[in-house]
Amino acid sequence: MSRMNEQQVFLIDGRDVPFAPGQTVMQAALDAGVYIPHLCFHPQFKPHGSCKLCTVKVNGRPATSCTLPVAAGMEIESETAELKDKRRMLLQMLFVEGNHFCPSCEKSGNCKLQALAYDLGMMSPHYDHFFPDRPVDATHPEILLDFNRCILCELCVRASGEVDRKNVFALSGRGITKHLIVNSESGRLGDTDMSTTDMAMSVCPVGVILKKRVGFAVPVGQRKYDTIPISEQFGDAPNAVLEQTR
Amino acid sequence: MSETDVIDAILDRHRRDGTRLMQILRETQEQLGWLAPATLTRIAVAIDWPRAKVEGTAGFYSFFHTRPLGRYRVLWSDNITDRMLGNADLTRMMCEKLWLEAGRVSEDGLVSVDTTSCTGMCDQGPALLVNYRAVTRMTPQRVEQMVELIRNEAPLADWPAEWFAVADNIRRGDILLNNAMQPGDALRACVARGPAAGKEASSNDRSWRETVVANPGPALALEEIKLSNLRGRGGAGFTTGLKWEACRSASVADGDSRRFIVCNADEGEPGTFKDRVLLTAQPDLVFEGMTVAGYVVGATQGYVYLRGEYRYLLDPLNAVLARRRAQGLLGRGIAGQAGFSFDIEIHLGAGAYICGEESALIESLEGKRGVPRNRPPYPITHGFLNRPTVVNNVETFAASALIALQGGEWFRGIGTSKSSGTKILSISGDCLHPGIYEYPFGVTIAQVLPACGARDVHAVQVSGPSGICIDETEFKRRIAFEDIPTAGAMMIFNDQRDMFEVARNFAHFFAHESCGFCTPCRVGTSLLKNCMDKIADGHGSQHTMNEIFQINRLLQMASHCGLGHTACNPMFDTLKKFRPAYERRLKTLDFEASFDLDSALAQARQMTGRDDAGSHLETQS
Ligand SMILES: Cc1cc2nc3c(=O)[nH]c(=O)nc-3n(C[C@H](O)[C@H](O)[C@H](O)COP(=O)(O)O)c2cc1C
Ligand code: SF4
Ligand code: SF4
Ligand code: FES
Ligand code: FES
Repeated sequence: MSRMNEQQVFLIDGRDVPFAPGQTVMQAALDAGVYIPHLCFHPQFKPHGSCKLCTVKVNGRPATSCTLPVAAGMEIESETAELKDKRRMLLQMLFVEGNHFCPSCEKSGNCKLQALAYDLGMMSPHYDHFFPDRPVDATHPEILLDFNRCILCELCVRASGEVDRKNVFALSGRGITKHLIVNSESGRLGDTDMSTTDMAMSVCPVGVILKKRVGFAVPVGQRKYDTIPISEQFGDAPNAVLEQTR
Repeated sequence: MSETDVIDAILDRHRRDGTRLMQILRETQEQLGWLAPATLTRIAVAIDWPRAKVEGTAGFYSFFHTRPLGRYRVLWSDNITDRMLGNADLTRMMCEKLWLEAGRVSEDGLVSVDTTSCTGMCDQGPALLVNYRAVTRMTPQRVEQMVELIRNEAPLADWPAEWFAVADNIRRGDILLNNAMQPGDALRACVARGPAAGKEASSNDRSWRETVVANPGPALALEEIKLSNLRGRGGAGFTTGLKWEACRSASVADGDSRRFIVCNADEGEPGTFKDRVLLTAQPDLVFEGMTVAGYVVGATQGYVYLRGEYRYLLDPLNAVLARRRAQGLLGRGIAGQAGFSFDIEIHLGAGAYICGEESALIESLEGKRGVPRNRPPYPITHGFLNRPTVVNNVETFAASALIALQGGEWFRGIGTSKSSGTKILSISGDCLHPGIYEYPFGVTIAQVLPACGARDVHAVQVSGPSGICIDETEFKRRIAFEDIPTAGAMMIFNDQRDMFEVARNFAHFFAHESCGFCTPCRVGTSLLKNCMDKIADGHGSQHTMNEIFQINRLLQMASHCGLGHTACNPMFDTLKKFRPAYERRLKTLDFEASFDLDSALAQARQMTGRDDAGSHLETQS
């Protein structure tokens, strides 16, 4: 009987972490205040497992921590030199795959991709840029879509489908040509029922989905990740970006 | 009939069921030439899916087009074996004669010429698809005639029939390819193992499974499969008996007791064509194996997921299914047993290698983008429509039928102790007799090579690009799960072949076929392709090779599915075993030339029509 009250635990980098039955490694870690880098994970949605930033080692074998159910006694390695190196490579891949010109980006300072790059000490993109041709969509009266920065995490797809019930976003293409599309025959956002109060408006970790005419309301230098690194403020509670889009 | 009538008729035939979207899209495209924006909207409304989701499916598959690609679409199979048979020259010739650039549509909208991943005709290449119909054995003469026919807009039905002939090329048969089983023999054997007059099912509509307790037949058939030690022939080698048993005993909480049997005939691994031959020469054996599986697990519906490249097999296979229904071997009361119901339907893929991966296959079968699912849960408990589902390879089902008839003990006596039975090999490349060879497991590479007339062999790629590349020192190794496991492909390269080009071809294949779900595979396979192209262009260095090793480690560690895990194998193996093929091309062994100023000026030279010494930055040595 006493076992019932005993907290079940597993280990992350040698530290005891409690968990509730049914939790994933990511959920348990974040609940316990242990940061594991992530981009496509969001506490409100079913884990996706695509960005792979959250890759850890479980009893010596690599695994995706946002989709992996915890079991008592698991030994997780996360902040090792090897894993950090792999995460840096993944970030570099995401940077060269799109067109990210941070200095001119409205999301700079509030962007999770950028924040993670700082946090993991990514000094250069390393690989040759793909320079994809991704025209922006400014057809919506209040919303701008800059596909150049999309990292294909599908958070907007999930928010628009599961919460807003509008299915404004989806993915098309395959492999390196995979891309975000919107739900209209013309292919333009202006012909969808997207609105600025949609949850899809606020989930994008990077600077794709932007509200028009509110640019740079918070000056660069005072934004979410400008002063405190992402690994020290990772709750997905309403943040500067959310407030700004409302 | 107007376009909308055409679409509506197709939609009606598929009961406006979104899970049938792949078939709806293919049939619509076959009739209308392409999938126009308004077409997708109409389909989306009818099946009650968000339009963007329908477009997402259409955009995933190589064989669906959401813009017009010509009334004739020619796709040259671009496996390394087609390359070795000269397809590049033939493609160039075709493009020149049509005044066309590869990958572009002619201005009059008549024709486009492009390449596609291996079409499974490696023993009779160079091969191509014209409007998704397979053509084999291309020659310069055929190219010339084909260009004429296209220019004259001759319907495919009027093209020479022999162009579309696909040979079986069975060079060595064994228990599977030489079997003399009559349709129904295995099913009757299954039924006979149960009590003579098995307990009646309460209703024809109830699943056979509900009578399983009363009737020991299915359990006895399962015992034979388990006893045989049959392991999956699709690559991973999972024990078939355990898979069936897990599906059979998977609990269904919500009262929906449906289970499904899926035959994986996606056969996308370049160099593999044995499933095509099994489905041509032994379709009854395959369907019978699926029916046995249905009997064992209590499934009433089976699907064959047939790769789009094998579209030409659809009508003949449907004819076999119709005959089997007439023979009482499909449908209700199979083999005279009330309550034994099972039927099979064929679903066509549309040009996506990833759909061979079982969970991506199931997504595709449900009408979605072919993206591998997060596992667990596995298909045996949550497969098609989230129901318990058995997915097996074509050859696995064929072997199951024989085991059901002749028993597990018999099967176990063939092959090696860890790998029972036989393996069908698809042999292509540098040999006199490419084709199909069935051998008991345990056969060595050294035994197979002379049998197919291969001489001066330098390397053999076993199990396709995702398999392994072996050199002369390894020819004593055996085809077996405990030594070299294989899904069936054997591509042979003689000592004149450049193993770097082989690996480069495979790198292009993986980049083209990555589903794009996860970051490492989506971006990494393209980076690898670029590394290989850079080396080929003479701009590679030691750094480029290190880069390949680095990306390999990332792909192994962080990829979502087997495609990513194996995408680096060809580079890794050839770098280890045929390193000189790479080093010969490196600009220098330790300097990286990431930007070549002179070649950057090439475009300016072309525009100004200059190529004199003064227009070059450095004189090439
Ligand atoms: C990228 C990828 C492609 C695959 N392609 C095929 C295929 O074309 N045919 C096949 O039978 N299995 C293929 N597989 C293996 C299937 O996922 C699955 O293991 C197999 O169909 C199970 O059947 P078996 O147990 O009879 O081998 C593939 C796996 C991966 C990861
Ligand atoms: S989305 Fe993020 S990483 Fe991309 S340009 Fe904007 S700030 Fe930089
Ligand atoms: S737009 Fe933003 S939220 Fe949507 S997929 Fe792209 S990066 Fe993710
Ligand atoms: S956060 Fe786990 S894969 Fe993206
Ligand atoms: S897309 Fe399949 S491994 Fe990443």
